[in-house]
Amino acid sequence: METTMRQTWAFLFRGYHLTRRYIGWVIVFNFYALVTSATVALIGVAAGNYQLTLTLVVGALLWNYLSRLYEEIAMSIAYERWEGTLEYTFMAPVPRLVHLLGISLFSLINSVVTSLIVLTGLVLMTDLRLGGANLFGVLVLVAVSTLAYIGLGLVAAVFPVMSAERGAEATHIFQGSLLLVSGVYYPIEVLPRWLQPLSAISPATYTLSACRKLFGVGISGSTPERLAGVPLSDVSHELFILALMGAVLLPFGLWVFVKVEAWAKRAGKLKRTG
Amino acid sequence: MAQAAIYVRNLRKCFRKRSGFRKVSELWALDDVSFSVAEGETYGLLGPNGSGKSSLIRILSTLLIADSGEVRMLGYSLPQQQEQVRRIIGRVSVDAAFYKKLSARENLLYTALLYGQKARDAERRAMDILEQLGMENSKFSTPLEEMSRGMQQKISIARALVLNPPLLLLDEPTTGLDPKSRRDVQTFLEKLKEQEGTTILLTTHDMTEAERLCARIGFLAHGKLVAEGTAENLIRRANAQTLDDAFIKLTGEELLDEELVAVED
Repeated sequence: METTMRQTWAFLFRGYHLTRRYIGWVIVFNFYALVTSATVALIGVAAGNYQLTLTLVVGALLWNYLSRLYEEIAMSIAYERWEGTLEYTFMAPVPRLVHLLGISLFSLINSVVTSLIVLTGLVLMTDLRLGGANLFGVLVLVAVSTLAYIGLGLVAAVFPVMSAERGAEATHIFQGSLLLVSGVYYPIEVLPRWLQPLSAISPATYTLSACRKLFGVGISGSTPERLAGVPLSDVSHELFILALMGAVLLPFGLWVFVKVEAWAKRAGKLKRTG
Repeated sequence: MAQAAIYVRNLRKCFRKRSGFRKVSELWALDDVSFSVAEGETYGLLGPNGSGKSSLIRILSTLLIADSGEVRMLGYSLPQQQEQVRRIIGRVSVDAAFYKKLSARENLLYTALLYGQKARDAERRAMDILEQLGMENSKFSTPLEEMSRGMQQKISIARALVLNPPLLLLDEPTTGLDPKSRRDVQTFLEKLKEQEGTTILLTTHDMTEAERLCARIGFLAHGKLVAEGTAENLIRRANAQTLDDAFIKLTGEELLDEELVAVED
């Protein structure tokens, strides 16, 4: 147990010191996340429509959190390839579960910090009042969604194991597709009909839909002064689907990772250049 | 002869590369390689680039799975018992693979934690090793990117040794080092063998280094182990004056870095 704790801590230790050393870039990325979210949310302010503003704020905030979480996990292998340390991590006597748990924990902390920065910025810039929103429900929903997104990140993390360059590209294409089909800034009904079925397999679709209800978007009784967020029981359908996705994607992600790692070792793909 | 710390029998590894729609080219990195290294012995593998040295080290490091053959490390079979093997090996590769932005201390502590060691004990041991390798303590907090290649390679050796492994796999550890750093590393390895009884598998291009450090030497060419023995034995067998000449005579190759660049190695 003590060994497992130390091994998990190793990934947090590494992540903390890399963040410290790359602090300039960390500030730039967080600034950029805040600015892009604010520019989207201010479209609602310009339209003088608080419901639209809230829709965009929820979209921007959750997309920042979920995509950051996914990206950090999915790209962790690509970062190690670029640094040239992947072989040393894979050579260490760390169970893959502990390895991926450590990476996921650090990614989670990173995503929470970024989301808090974006949330603070959005509240300051849009003058939104969140009174009446079911914030506890939002926290529960985000916690359940986190598991599904970690699973998704683990599945995507196998791409850089397969190929150094192509893998990182595939990871970003996958992320972009999720942004397109999940209804982050618009209802999925506006998507071309042939694209709409894809939204059903993205966890973000359910997170965003439920989160908007919990905030009171589109709920009668919500006013700019006081929102009318629904109780958690009203989003039980979305919660169930997200929990199911997490329960499937987490073990599936780990299973796929182990299989691809074994394939990479047979094909000689773990080298720095892939 | 003591029990074999490293036991390799009929090891074969082929890399297949798709070139074109249906064409698949094959490159045999290791072709029926057999050798063993006794506990506490330093065994040298000499061969040009592309001869299969690094592929062999990668197989022994659990990073590559052989197509066929038998590998046992202190009795543990690969690839079946890779978890156990990972606990008993340390590896130094030709390129010092580190988080270059992190300091030597941070890199070494990360490795120690990854292996489940106590950070404080690992730090003390790392400082001791670096001192023996002729490195100042003040460099411990310097980011790796600000260090010379020689210094980075010493940190790489410290990383492998901070784990105190009974088996050490050194893949050209002194390539690119200045003569002083090279001598520091060689002296340290001699001391390590003497004091800790560590078993060392060393790949190198440097004949003098091989003669100085290795009890036995194997010549690897085109994935085949073409000759094996003590330096004197190999020189005598080839009817040569030096180990360099013996290598050329027995393998028909020269140890030029540029030649035979292969898919793996």
